Amino acid sequence: MSAATLAGDSRNGRAAPGTRAAGAPPGNLRPDLSLIADWIGADVRVLDLGCGDGELLAYLRDARACRGYGVEIADAHVHVCVQRGVNVIQADLESGLRMFADRMFDAVVLSQTLQAMHKTEEILREMARVGRQGIVSFPNFGHWRHLLALLGGRMPVSPQMPYQWYDTPNIHLCTPNDFEILAAKLGFVITRRALLAENHPVKWLPSVRATLAVYQFEVR
Amino acid sequence: MRAGSVGVVQAQSLRFAQPLALASGAQIADYSLMYETYGTLNADRSNAVLVCHALNASHHVAGRAADPPNSVGWWDNMIGPGKPVDTARFFVIGVNNLGSCFGSTGPMSPDPATGKPYGAHFPVVTVEDWVQSQARLADALGVERFAAVMGGSLGAMQALSWAIQFPDRIGHCVAIATTPRLSAQNIAFNDVARTAIQSDPDFHGGNFYAHGVVPRRGLRLARMIGHITYLSGDDMTEKFGRSRKGSNGSDDYQFGYGVEFEVESYLRYQGDKFSEYFDANTYLLITRALDYFDPAKDFDGDLVRALAPARCKFLLASFTTDWRFTPARAREVVQALIANEREVAYAEIDAPHGHDAFLLDDLRYHNVVRAYFERIAQDIAR
Repeated sequence: MSAATLAGDSRNGRAAPGTRAAGAPPGNLRPDLSLIADWIGADVRVLDLGCGDGELLAYLRDARACRGYGVEIADAHVHVCVQRGVNVIQADLESGLRMFADRMFDAVVLSQTLQAMHKTEEILREMARVGRQGIVSFPNFGHWRHLLALLGGRMPVSPQMPYQWYDTPNIHLCTPNDFEILAAKLGFVITRRALLAENHPVKWLPSVRATLAVYQFEVR
Repeated sequence: MRAGSVGVVQAQSLRFAQPLALASGAQIADYSLMYETYGTLNADRSNAVLVCHALNASHHVAGRAADPPNSVGWWDNMIGPGKPVDTARFFVIGVNNLGSCFGSTGPMSPDPATGKPYGAHFPVVTVEDWVQSQARLADALGVERFAAVMGGSLGAMQALSWAIQFPDRIGHCVAIATTPRLSAQNIAFNDVARTAIQSDPDFHGGNFYAHGVVPRRGLRLARMIGHITYLSGDDMTEKFGRSRKGSNGSDDYQFGYGVEFEVESYLRYQGDKFSEYFDANTYLLITRALDYFDPAKDFDGDLVRALAPARCKFLLASFTTDWRFTPARAREVVQALIANEREVAYAEIDAPHGHDAFLLDDLRYHNVVRAYFERIAQDIAR
């Protein structure tokens, strides 16, 4: 599987070559992060929101000569980030990105976190403020298994969202279409889109077959 | 040797004959600094770590002192073999600051001009002055560049000042429970403490040594007010609540003004203990150094420009219940470092112990410091 196929379709006439920048292959990088790393490119400034254990930032630093910061709330993740030498700022994304100046970053990443944010619009606006481009990934609530569960009268529980309705951190679930409508409302121009299932791009009926959506956007 | 301890340590003293120009414009002609070292300086002298102390601490950072016997270093839980700052890998230096009262030249020392204790005449020194004097100690010990300079509270201010004043001599700055400058509230507490000392009749304008007395009541009060600010409200509730001293299970008030609550007893004990070993003039001097620290002052209050000279990497940590130097203050420093595109990791530790948390055992906090120093050790080994 090449990076180009992973990159999925391109939007608005902009090419999405997904060409791999100079550097080592992603190796064990989580596949969706590998795709995001390809979109980001090399030698740029990156902000990773909800950076987890710093996997993406460490890879971008070591293989792509990127510089950047991660924001993370969980103690255990912050610890691993420090072990990796990743610049991690322990903070709650809900309290905003005040620490970061306008247009400080070439790319701002919010990976599989959007659906857990209380202030969805605010974090997206903040991403657009501090970065030249934003990259967002989220689980597709419109996946057919979810629809089937709803038809059966139950809230869906899936590998992407393995929680019961009463204890889920995922409070703002959406479909790719929903996200695109919000992005338009916020004045974002979507420059790349990938709809994935099992880490492969989905060509046929992606809105019900993709488990994960990844978008790159800019503010014009 | 106790496992995990550097064991018994002997403090040393080093005399500096060349005058040190101070920020105030005054100078100190001749001074000594007390210090301790732990671990071994490696062949390429790249593994040295300087530990800077806060208000009432000293050069005795780790291990057990030879004198007084068995007194344990103030950061012994952080520094030692196998501890977060591992003395099997790092050569650690603890230094007593100029103007303090644990053996380095200070207000208690004889003024060479008169032969009598400096007392009130000891010059006011700043955090920047301390850093300059510490750099001379580093020169004398053959340390051109520190792997890290670290400290908590006032010690963290010194670490930040190192990063600004000597960008080529410091690889990492580890600043715990820090602030870029004191708030009005912080200065107010310091002023109450100083007023307590200065209004004690035994203070004699700072020249109490000649009278053979110590302004013990003032020192005790200063320590009591200070101590309240080091703890969190929840921490005091947890420790003392409304428990009563020697009440023998009785819930009856005594309807008097003696020590009745446990918290009163505790604060007085802390105050009494402190007044027996700490110098009143040193208390004034160190709290004033705290008040004056403000690296942004020369840059129209712009901390970004103040930190622009720094080249090292940074670890900052703050504690959620620290209302003396709140996490918001530490974040100001982090923000200015990010604006300068400096490498920085920042941990905000959810700990109940207020400002004092930087001295206590907290696994999350210690794990982060340990992980950071392991990275430093890897960098050195490369």
